[in-house]
Amino acid sequence: MATSTKSDPKNMDLTLRIWRQDGPSDRGHLQTYEVSDISPDMSFLEMLDVLNEQLNAKGEEPIAFDSDCREGICGMCGLMISGHAHGPEKTTTCQLHMRSFKDGDTITVEPWRADAFPIIKDLVVDRSSFDRIIQAGGFISVNTGSAPEANAAPVPKQKADRAFQSAECIGCGACVAACPNASAMLFMGAKVTHLGELPQGQPERWARVVSMVSQHDHEGFGGCTNTGACSVACPKGIPQDVISTLNKDLRTAMRQGG
Amino acid sequence: MATTTLSAPTARKTTIALKLLMAVTGAFFVLYVLLHMYGNLKVLAGQEAFDTYAHHLRTFGEPMLPYGGLLWIFRILLLGSLIGHAYAAFTLWSRAGSARKTKYAVLKTAASAQWMRWGGVAILLFVVWHLIHFTIVKPVINVDGPDAAAIKASPYTMVVASFQLWWMVLIYLLALAALGLHLAHGVFSAQQTLGFTQTPKARARAKGIGNLTAALVVVGFAIPPLSILFGLVK
Amino acid sequence: MTDLIHGVYTEGEKIADTKAPKVPVAGMWEKRKMDAALVNPANRRKLSVIIVGTGLAGGAAAATLGEAGYHVKSFCYQDSPRRAHSIAAQGGINAAKNYKEDGDSVYRLFYDTVKGGDYRSRETNVYRLAEVSANIIDQCVAQGVPFAREYGGLLDNRSFGGVQVSRTFYARGQTGQQLLIGAYQALERQVAAGTVEMFTRHEMLELIVEDGRARGIIARDLVTGEIQTHLADAVVLASGGYGNVFFLSTNAMGSNVTANWRAHRKGAYFGNPCYTQIHPTCIPVSGDHQSKLTLMSESLRNDGRIWVPKKREDCEKDPRTIPEADRDYYLERIYPAFGNLVPRDIASRQAKNMCDEGRGVGPMVGDFRRGVYLDFADAIKRLGQKAVEEKYGNLFDMYARITGENPYETPMRIYPAVHYTMGGLWVDYDLQSTIPGLFVTGEANFSDHGANRLGASALMQGLADGYFVLPNTIRDYLAKGPFPKVSEDAPAVVEARTAVEERTKRLLAIKGERSVDSFHKELGNIMWEYCGMERTEAGLLKAIDLIRGLRAEFWRNVKILGSADTLNQSLEKAGRVADFLELGELMCIDALHRAESCGGHFRAESQTEDGEALRHDDQFLYVAAWEFGDGESDPNQPGSTMGAPVLHKEDLVYEAIELKQRSYK
Ligand SMILES: Cc1cc2nc3c(=O)[nH]c(=O)nc-3n(C[C@H](O)[C@H](O)[C@H](O)COP(=O)(O)OP(=O)(O)OC[C@H]3O[C@@H](n4cnc5c(N)ncnc54)[C@H](O)[C@@H]3O)c2cc1C
Ligand code: SF4
Ligand code: FES
Repeated sequence: MATSTKSDPKNMDLTLRIWRQDGPSDRGHLQTYEVSDISPDMSFLEMLDVLNEQLNAKGEEPIAFDSDCREGICGMCGLMISGHAHGPEKTTTCQLHMRSFKDGDTITVEPWRADAFPIIKDLVVDRSSFDRIIQAGGFISVNTGSAPEANAAPVPKQKADRAFQSAECIGCGACVAACPNASAMLFMGAKVTHLGELPQGQPERWARVVSMVSQHDHEGFGGCTNTGACSVACPKGIPQDVISTLNKDLRTAMRQGG
Repeated sequence: MATTTLSAPTARKTTIALKLLMAVTGAFFVLYVLLHMYGNLKVLAGQEAFDTYAHHLRTFGEPMLPYGGLLWIFRILLLGSLIGHAYAAFTLWSRAGSARKTKYAVLKTAASAQWMRWGGVAILLFVVWHLIHFTIVKPVINVDGPDAAAIKASPYTMVVASFQLWWMVLIYLLALAALGLHLAHGVFSAQQTLGFTQTPKARARAKGIGNLTAALVVVGFAIPPLSILFGLVK
Repeated sequence: MTDLIHGVYTEGEKIADTKAPKVPVAGMWEKRKMDAALVNPANRRKLSVIIVGTGLAGGAAAATLGEAGYHVKSFCYQDSPRRAHSIAAQGGINAAKNYKEDGDSVYRLFYDTVKGGDYRSRETNVYRLAEVSANIIDQCVAQGVPFAREYGGLLDNRSFGGVQVSRTFYARGQTGQQLLIGAYQALERQVAAGTVEMFTRHEMLELIVEDGRARGIIARDLVTGEIQTHLADAVVLASGGYGNVFFLSTNAMGSNVTANWRAHRKGAYFGNPCYTQIHPTCIPVSGDHQSKLTLMSESLRNDGRIWVPKKREDCEKDPRTIPEADRDYYLERIYPAFGNLVPRDIASRQAKNMCDEGRGVGPMVGDFRRGVYLDFADAIKRLGQKAVEEKYGNLFDMYARITGENPYETPMRIYPAVHYTMGGLWVDYDLQSTIPGLFVTGEANFSDHGANRLGASALMQGLADGYFVLPNTIRDYLAKGPFPKVSEDAPAVVEARTAVEERTKRLLAIKGERSVDSFHKELGNIMWEYCGMERTEAGLLKAIDLIRGLRAEFWRNVKILGSADTLNQSLEKAGRVADFLELGELMCIDALHRAESCGGHFRAESQTEDGEALRHDDQFLYVAAWEFGDGESDPNQPGSTMGAPVLHKEDLVYEAIELKQRSYK
């Protein structure tokens, strides 16, 4: 197994405790693996690639985990790394590099845990509940071809900037994973704020928030208790303010009898 | 994958509505706690001032209200708030439990949710004891102090007798610590829930208000018992 | 059988007609829309369309056709349509809005795109692209896409990719993400409305062609492993580019050619497969473990200066200690007029030349140091660190995160990486492939970028195809439907389904010694070495041989664990790599046959005296559309029956634009 000869003195030997689960109905368990000679320049997922190659060679099925762009933008990756969503740095799992760890470290790797994100296999979860929240109202109803001239409605810079900041959400689910209540308010707040700051988003604003929040609750996410753990975990730095906006919009909707 | 969008969503049935209930009832508690603190501080002004104040609370609004009427209105409102606050809290707590049935093996995130919940329960238990102690039963706890009749006659006597005991002060201070933590997060949280924190600045301000309220309450409530314990008030 | 040319391909008939209306380009699209038959709204529900891919091209089309009332089935292999690789585009999207009043126009955008494509694209399609570009911006803004704005609240533009007008709309470094989220939301709205059925974590593995028409697909549910049959009146492929044939590229891990390749095998021609864009400003490879490459926006070249040491001995030194006199700012030296802003292909090739000369920097990867410096020291001196931070802060942060070096202090290292594939399935003016009823949009088709793509024009093409072009042209096709119902046990359906099941079974049964990734890496090395930035006849012939050997070994020796009836990521990869192993050969054949240099395709045999690309318009002014060559079944390659492909030429006609040799000297 792990050989302690390192090809570079900067390289590391690590102990990994990784969640293995055959399928949705399997109970799952943490399994311990050793990896050696890990370069600090590798990304965390490349380190898992190396482990998977080893497992494959030994005839053990590789560990399933999600990733696609590996650039921190598609939101496909996401692991709980020693208790931190996306690991100890403020970034996505795919952009986390091994130089954030030290030789001899033990790293525990778990999937996002939330009942609204059921586990498919090993570290892969089903986040389609996010899509359904968007289906409930996370859009502006405009049919192709019916759009007015783009510069017809100027947007004050300040509003445009806040809309943009909120639109940076990549839908990774780290906010849910880190939240003690497994609530998706940060994700939802980001969308409600993005669309609510823009003039184009006004007509559907109050109906949108009510249906999105209802869908959120229906999916089985927890309620928010404003702990802020979401924002700390968010790789895009979506601030907790968006949840305040979400709350305010819901209150307004309620006043209007929504 | 099938979509299960809801047919007729209403704002009132959402978890955010529950949070609003929590925020509004919480705000009412804060108001009450501040008034209560003001009352407590009257101990420093001496027996007569304190007893008059306590009596005044009961006669306030007479004859429009019966003796103790305002206090009762307040009590009913408080009870209602308590039910609302606890209902929302427990519903959200149980939701959170079922939203993550399998726990993490390792988790390093903010513990404030747990603080709020267990702290809230601790405060509730304390309040029950506190009511038995000062309002409902008024038992003689300090056996070396005044007798039952004296205690019933003068709230001042009762308070002073109680806080001459170090362990009473200790219980009281522990409860205060729990309350302080609860308020520091709760006051911020209520503002967040009410939508007052939509910019980083506003959020910082709301956090500040939370901490300030907590500090004020802890200090304000701690002064009378400590003064009694150290003999500054007799 | 006709004689093999170069021993590897044959030539068939020319493509006579691209179905573009016979009027001048300016009125062509109007005429096409006018002539396209209409479908009565009441009938649309009865017409179904399968769309593979939810990137800009597929997502926009699904949303639009859903709105129109057709029954749409949409597929992607990711867990959500929002994750298609369009999300990763950074720089921006072009549109001929002329908001800056700097002389931009539809014609100028058209001209720039054709010229940028080194005169190897089809005039008619490119004109239409330029024509609808302005509508895209209107549509996206209405959807809430937060483009950058000026203080007055109006949309901002920048100049991008070396063009002289400011026509690029952007959303910080995340234009692709914002545009895709717009399309995704429009798509989800239709899912909620019930017009679009969404199939995430589903991979198309075969095309169903019945009675000469594309009528459906076979897909694998990646979660349960179930092989499903989906039937429809028409099929649209919007499955993106195939840059991952090089293993390392800026594409997403899952980007693949499978959908395209399966259609190609069923009769769709593959257009210009060898045209590949290699982007000059990527973060270099750091070691063997590397799984993908990260692009850094081209805008860095506006202020950064590119150099390598003059002397090989200096390559290991701290760059800051190398005196000015010992640095070779090679782009500024060779191309004084354009300097660091020469087009992508030139910047990339020169970087490779420097490294091949042994003057590369950074860690040794194989026998070379693969990197050149991109230095901001001058810019920081001139503009101040703050200004540089404002402009490029997020890129610098990304660089620091990946490399662990601080680019404000030491120069960045960059190296070219495969980025975009201009080739793709051949389509006519209607975006229809050579299989009736099979339409291809976005990066998956070959249509608009010729031999080289200009910056910020892939997003434009994806959305133009998806929102405006396809919905109009497919209508003309659907108006002839609904086509006779195909039963699930029609021979063509059963055949397609069985093929998929057999293939899956066979892959799992090999139980060899080597992992899928090891084959993929080896293929990537061959492609990069011989079909990368510089190609030669001898090299390509060698590559074809190597690929054939590797393919044979793959089918004999790949090791895939696990089963077919659960999530099995090795199995998914294996299917994709199997198709890359076939595509790689076709790319080399295409590169071999095109004995000229044009755009991203540089043939060493065809250069000017001073080493610049030399086109041969007299011989190669055509699109190479390849027909799959049904060959003999090779017993060594049970999974593959590849014969010699057949070349069909589509002559390129330039009426609106005059042909010129590109020169950046
Ligand atoms: C890093 C990077 C930066 C870029 N920057 C720019 C830029 O600034 N400006 C610009 O104009 N262009 C840019 N490009 C190019 C541009 O982003 C792409 O060309 C374009 O987005 C492709 O869009 P698409 O819709 O054709 O395909 P994609 O967005 O790649 O979508 C492909 C879809 O097909 C699906 N799919 C694929 N195969 C299958 C299968 N077998 N079964 C089921 N589904 C399948 C996928 O799930 C996905 O949904 C950039 C590209 C990269 C990689
Ligand atoms: S809000 Fe942040 S953590 Fe949550 S899904 Fe969006 S990007 Fe991920
Ligand atoms: S893989 Fe795309 S964000 Fe990590």
